[in-house]
Order: sequence, then C-alpha cells, then structure tokens
Amino acid sequence: MRIKLLASLAAALFAAGAAIAQQPIKIGAFLSVTGGAAFLGDPEQKTLELYVEKLNAAGGILGRKLQLISYDSAGDAEKARTFAKRLIEQDKVDVIVGGSTTGETMAVVPLVEAAGMPFISLAGAVVIIEPVKKWVFKTPHTDRMACERIFLDMRARKIESIGLISGAGGFDKSMRAECLKVAPAYKIQIVADEAYGGGDTDMTAQLTKIKGTPGVQAVLNAGFGAGPAIVTKNFRQLAIGVPLYQSHGVASKEFIKLAGDAAEGVRLPAAALLVAETLPDADPQKKVVVGYSREYTARFKSDVSTFGGHAYDGLMLAVEAIRRSASTNKEAIRSALESIHGYVGTGGVVNMSAGDHMGLDVSAFRMLEVSKGNWVLVK
Amino acid sequence: MSAQLAQYLLSGLTVGAIYALVALGFAIIYNASHVINFAQGEFVMIGGMVSVSLANAGLPLPLAIPVAVLAAAAVGLALEKFAVEPARGASVVTLIIITIGASILLRGLATLVWDKNLHPLRPFSGDRPIELAGATILPQSLWVLGVTFAIVLLLGWFFGRTLTGKAMLATSYNPLAARLCGVNVRFVLLLSFGLSAALGAVAGILIAPITLTSWDVGVMLGLKGFAAAILGGLGSGAGAVAGGLLLGIAESLGAGYVSSAYKDAIAFVIILAVLFFMPSGLFGKKSAERV
Amino acid sequence: MGEPGFHRTEHVDWRTPRTGGMALLAAVVLVLPLALINNYWYEVAILVGINAIVCVGLNLLIGYAGQISLGHAGFFGLGAYGSAILTARYGWPPLAALAATTAGVALLALLVGRPILKLKGHYLAMATLGMGIIISIVVVTEDRLTGGPDGMSVPAFTLFGLGLAGERVWYWIVGAALLAAVWLALNLIESPAGRALRALHGSEVGAQVSGIDATRAKVAVFVISAVFASFAGSLSAHYSGFITPGKVGFFHSIELVTMVVFGGMASTFGAVIGAAALTLLPQLLTVLKEYEMVVFGAVMIATMVFLPRGFLPSLLIEIKKKGK
Repeated sequence: MRIKLLASLAAALFAAGAAIAQQPIKIGAFLSVTGGAAFLGDPEQKTLELYVEKLNAAGGILGRKLQLISYDSAGDAEKARTFAKRLIEQDKVDVIVGGSTTGETMAVVPLVEAAGMPFISLAGAVVIIEPVKKWVFKTPHTDRMACERIFLDMRARKIESIGLISGAGGFDKSMRAECLKVAPAYKIQIVADEAYGGGDTDMTAQLTKIKGTPGVQAVLNAGFGAGPAIVTKNFRQLAIGVPLYQSHGVASKEFIKLAGDAAEGVRLPAAALLVAETLPDADPQKKVVVGYSREYTARFKSDVSTFGGHAYDGLMLAVEAIRRSASTNKEAIRSALESIHGYVGTGGVVNMSAGDHMGLDVSAFRMLEVSKGNWVLVK
Repeated sequence: MSAQLAQYLLSGLTVGAIYALVALGFAIIYNASHVINFAQGEFVMIGGMVSVSLANAGLPLPLAIPVAVLAAAAVGLALEKFAVEPARGASVVTLIIITIGASILLRGLATLVWDKNLHPLRPFSGDRPIELAGATILPQSLWVLGVTFAIVLLLGWFFGRTLTGKAMLATSYNPLAARLCGVNVRFVLLLSFGLSAALGAVAGILIAPITLTSWDVGVMLGLKGFAAAILGGLGSGAGAVAGGLLLGIAESLGAGYVSSAYKDAIAFVIILAVLFFMPSGLFGKKSAERV
Repeated sequence: MGEPGFHRTEHVDWRTPRTGGMALLAAVVLVLPLALINNYWYEVAILVGINAIVCVGLNLLIGYAGQISLGHAGFFGLGAYGSAILTARYGWPPLAALAATTAGVALLALLVGRPILKLKGHYLAMATLGMGIIISIVVVTEDRLTGGPDGMSVPAFTLFGLGLAGERVWYWIVGAALLAAVWLALNLIESPAGRALRALHGSEVGAQVSGIDATRAKVAVFVISAVFASFAGSLSAHYSGFITPGKVGFFHSIELVTMVVFGGMASTFGAVIGAAALTLLPQLLTVLKEYEMVVFGAVMIATMVFLPRGFLPSLLIEIKKKGK
C-alpha cells in the first residue's frame, strides 16, 4: 500500500517537474511597431521574432523554449505603461526587452522598479541609465556618447566653432541638450542653435540663418527621422560649404537613399554594424555583425538597421543572463546581467557593472562617412 | 541680408504653392457640399506614394504621374460614394467625424499597402540649384510654382467657361435652385471629390522630390492647407491660392526672423487671428444666417 | 448650425433615465473589482474612468449644446502638466496644485471661449483645433518646464501627508470622481441652464428670441467641459507618475470626440460607454496591431453613417421598439 502511495507520489512529482520544465521562458516586449517611431519598432520586432525562432530551433535555453509576447505601443508612453503592466501582471513574463523611445521607457521605469522586473531598454537617452536604476538596463549608445564621438572627430579636423540644428522630437532635444553640455569639455563653441518642427518639409530658413552666422566651421544636425534627410538636401542646395555631421539616429542605408547625392561627405558616429562587410578580419565585432547582417537581410529582404541591432543585443544579453543564472529568478537574472563582461554585440563590446547598466564606451562608436553612396569607416 | 530675405521668400513661395493646391481642394469640395474634407491631406500622400511605387516598378515618370493622379481621384470618388453620400444631410459634427475617420482609415491602409518608411521621388529635371537674387532655388521648386500657376488658370477656365464647371459653381451658390435648373447635384458632388483628390495628388507628386513622401505626410499638409483655405476665405478659389502663398511665406519669414522652434505654431496662430477678427477670410463672402 | 446646403435636424431623445442610470453606474463601479483579476485590469478600468470623465464633459458641449471642440486634449494636457509642474518643479502640495490648475484652466477657457464660441460649424472646429495644436506645440517646445517630448515625472498624490498610490486606491478615487462628474452633468442638463442649452441646440435664433443669451450659455458649457477635462488630466498625471505630450495632441482630441460620438451624443451614459468601448479596443486588438488604424477609422465612419445618434441611444430605441 505504502509503496503504491510512494510510487504515485513520485510519479506525480516527476510529472510536475516535467511540466515545469516544459513551461516556456517568457520574453516580454513593447515596441513602437506602428506610429511615428515605426522605423524603430519595426526592425526591432522583426529581429526579436527571428532570433527567438532561431534559438528555439537550436533547442531553446536551459532545455526550455522561448516565448515572445510583444505589444505595439505605437510610440505612446501611456500605451507603453499599460502594456508593460500587462506583461508584468497578466502575462507574467520573466524579462522585458523593449521601449523603442525614451519617453516610453521612462514611463515604464517606475513600474519595473516596483515590480522587480529586469528590463532592457532599446532607447537612446542618457537619462535611462543615469542615475543607475536597479532593474533598468539599455543596449543603444547614449546620445552623450554620440556628441563626444563627433566632437573628437571635429577636434581632429581642427574645428572649433559650429552651428547646431535639431528637431522637435525627444531624441533631437535630448541629444541637443547633451551636446550643449559636453561641448566646452572638448573646446567646441556652439555659435548658432536652430530648431525645426516635426513635420517640417523645408529647413532652408534655419540653415540660411546658420550660414549667415560668422565663424561656423561645421554644422551638427542632432536629428532623427525625416528631418535630417531634408536638412542634408537643403544644406547642399544652399552650398554652405562646411562639413556636415549627422547623428547616430540616421545611421542607415535608408538615409543615403533619401538624401541622395547630397549625403556625400556627411559624417556620423555609428555602430560597426553598418560597415560589417568592410571591417578588418581582426576586428572583435566582425563575426557578430556580419552574422546578424546576413541573417536579417536574408530573412526580411531589407537593409539591416542599427535599431534592429540593439534589439538583437538586448535579446542576446537577456538570454545570456538567463543561461548564467540557470533559472528565471528575476533577481538572479538581474545580477547576471550586471556581471556580463566582454560580451560582443552589434553595438560594441559590453562590460556591465553595478554602476554601469549600458556597458559601452565611446570606442564602441565608429566614425563613418558617406562615400560614393555607401558608408565607409573613417580611419 | 537681402540674400537671406530672398531665400526665405523663395522657400516660402514653394511650400506656399503646395498649401495653395491643398487649399484649392478644400475649397472645391466645400463649395459643392459644405463638407470640410479632413482627408484632403491623404490625397497628397496617395499621389506621392503611388508615383514612388510605379517609378520603382520601372514605369517612366511621365506615365507614372497621370496614373497616380487617377488613382487618387478614384479614392476620392470612393470616399464620396461610400462615406459622405450615405450621411447626406447629417450635421456638421457628423460629417467632420466621417472625414476624419476616412483620413485615419486611409493612413492605416497606406501602412499596409506600402510601409512606414520615407521614400524619395526623382526630381523632374535634376537637382542642381539655381542662383536667383543671391538665393538658391531648386529646379523642382520652379516646377511646383509653374504647375500650380497652370492649374489655377485651368481651373479658372473650367469654372468660368465650361458647362460642368458652371454647374458646380451654381451648386455652390444654391443647390436647390441648381437642381431645379436640371443640374445633377449628385454628380457634381462626386466630381468635386474626384477633382479635389486629383489636385491633392498633383501637389503630393510635385513636392515629393523635395520633401520625401511617407504614409503620414498628409497630416500636417492637410491641416495647413485647411488653415490656408480659411485664411483666404472658405469657398473662394482665389482666396485658397492667396491664403496658401501667404501662409507659406509667413511661416518661412517667421522661422527666419522670429523663432524657428515655433514655426508650426505660426500657421495656427494666424488662423485663430483670422477667425477672431475676420472670419470670412481675405476673399470670402460674408454668409448670411438664415432664420 | 443654419448653414445653407443639405440639412436635417436630428430629433434627439432628451429622456435620460436619471436615477436608474446613476444607480446602475454606481453598482457597476462597486461590483467591478470582483472581476478585476490583477493590476493590469485595474489599470484599464482606471483609464476608462479617466477618459469617461473627459467625455461626460465634452458631451455636454457637443451633444447637448451642439457645439464642437477638436482641441479638448489641450485642456486635458493643461490639467496634467499644470499639476505636474506645480508639484514637481515648485513643490506645491498636490491638492493645492489641483485646485490652482483647475481654476487656471477655467479662467483660460473663459477668456478664450468668448471669441471662439462666436464662431459656428467648421470655423468653430478649426478654431478649437488651432487652440489645441498651439497648446501642444508650446508644451513640446518649452522643455525646461515640461520635459519636452520625452515627458516628465510626476510626484504621487498626497492627501494630508498620506500618499495615494497604487491601482486599487486610484480605482476608488477615479470611480468616485466619475460618479460625481456624471451626477453633476445630469443635474446640469435638467436645470434651467441646461434647458437653455438644449434650446440652443435646437435653434440658436429661436433660443435667443426666447431671451437666452446664447454666447453666455455656450461659454459656460465650454468652461465646464474644460474643467472636467483638466480635472481628469490632473488625476491622470498623478496616477501614472509620468506624463508625455502625446496626450495633449490632435490625435487624442479626435479620440475623445470619437468616444462621445460613438457612445451617443446628448447621452451622458452614452459618453461613459463610448469611453469604455474605445479605451478597451486597442487592448483587445493587440493581435491585429497592424490593422488598428484601419479598424479605428472604419468604426468612426460606420458609426456616423449607420448609428448617427450613437451606440447607446440607438440601443435604447431598439429596446423600446421590442418592448412595444
């Protein structure tokens, strides 16, 4: 009698254990797949789907399949909050990778901090990880790093005073503020500071003003989306004749297509992903970026984008943390994330720590220039 | 200094011509039906996007453009037939909601048919800037101004000299009387939507090489075109053109001399000022309220 | 109204089952928590409540007074940002900030309302549209004060030192506010002032001939609806802990008008239902994220063409027909 009882108990426990082992690891995501920030969220969504599929095909993680639960927040911070709450409370995910824009990310920060949910953001502003928040990480380079990288290149070209033009979006304003802040440290003087609106189709007025300001040796466009392409075309039209720098927000083949011939000679800081094929073989990032670039292009028949690359890094970091902690315990995942060193992603080599939840430094940014319709590395 | 001014004026005129075409579209529909078509901006978008698709598919521009215009006109006719006509006689609020709903629907369809990216269109005759009075203007801008001028003349001839055009005008003055005189008011309504859509599409195609096109270019252009129509006087064709050009120049000068950050607000501040102090606009007729 | 052209006066049913409806709404608010499984469901309920408060006020303007506002998200935004800025940047106690913001918005609506409401039809629509857009441009541009496009944090609401945070607490706050708003609206409609409004809707000239000061009545409703929106905005800011300009813009104004129109113009409970339906729609349609815009646009058109009176009044009419 007792043996039967013990046997059935053992069988039940075994079945339960097997059932738990079959439970998928849930990766939650909220991305701006539609709406004004769609060219962020769309490649991010595609990347997450593609690689969750690949990881599952290779057997999953810790013997369990991955399940992606992803919502479209359409660039709206309130929707992002509601969906994040849904992921935490209703879908009960193990980790969240998402937040295409800074506004959406910041709206969600109080939620993940209160709920103790590891969250890897895909947005750009430096405020996301400064000051450091316990549960919040991010993969993209900060806008401050972009400013610093650009200023370094300017100094190398003996440029000392510049004109600044930026748009009305969150990315634009945040980067403009950071550039104004760090410029003095690089001995760069900003003598003109113009702005354009979100849907503006003509920036010649603003550029004419900059052209007329004495002492402008270069122009920096802290912009994102449609604006920079139009700024570039207007810039050529007005024949302003000084170097033009763009932001990492338009680091894509798309930008060159849109700006056309006007893009020739434009420089910007970007991840190595854009020049994957032309990297020297000894470059530590070459294998990862070439791999991602080819797989994405083959599946989706469209150019690879740095934003998709950030999503790739986010997912891979989350998966690596889960592997290391050998569980889906949220605190374990969090500490594992903090301890990641030397991880090679599309954005650079990541070294996280308790005080640095992004793990990249300025060297992760390469300076690229448009030459004959393509991106080339500036030596 | 004056080179700067010349630059502001030239840029302002170019974008103003686009506002003028959009405003004309509003005016034509309003005249025929007293409906404000909030989906007008979407016709601009359709014109641009369809031309881009056709051009990418290999069709030469001179063929792609007329096809795109016809496609937009077809959408305009469909809009009238399926959304506006069933609600004929409804209140102002109802009609406003319908056309706003249509604009949202069209934008949603655009993201499904095409994508969410920006697309360039090849300039009609190259993009080497031309020097003029110390400022530069793109050849495409000359196309914009030239075609707009030609269209205004064409419309003037149409409404003044052809029977159909006069029928449309008659409908705008008094639909009942027009119907009594044998004008097919239903047909006039359809035609007005088709014509406005074609105008919007032409605007979209003209401007796409300069400003790029995407699924949501119609939103702001539609709103500003509407503002221009009100500035000129709702229902007046000459007013629409004048309003558009004035608005474009005001925006450009405002951005240059006052504040570039508030450029978008200029259009709407002007509108509020016009509505408060001069509601019938520059050329509009003062409407008498019927008891 | 009174424009030449196609014109058809709608016969609006003024009978609102006042006490019955209020009792039903109160019952729903009280009993609903039993069905709310986790904080996410509470959140959705709270969002519905906040939108409903704005819609009840907007419905007074659109449905009963027959006016239109395409810029009401501006008032909502002013309420939210007013409370946020006073508490976060100047350290005001939240209750004082709420009172000051509401009063400020009422004053603004009064000043702006007079010239705006002299306009009619499309001109009124355009003016309110312009007003709303100007407010949203200012909010986005003055980023030192408002945090710009990326938004700003809002401190929690404290009442006499007691912090009010968390979905459960806010459910009751918003529920109570909604019941109060509905009660106020219903009382306003039945009052002499309300009857003056309804006379306006029928025929403005007729009402004026009867001795009603049309402009004053319209401005009064405008101010009241602005106050409802501003109050809801302040609540929303403190509840979310974070606000962005997204809620101040043109699209949110359109959403609000759609909720009112869908639920039923000249129907306070219709406004609540409209708010509920269109707040829940995106949550339910998450699988169809690519089609959301298409569905939303189609809903707007279909409602206006087939159910011009809105959902609730049409439903009530059907029920009455079956009852015969």
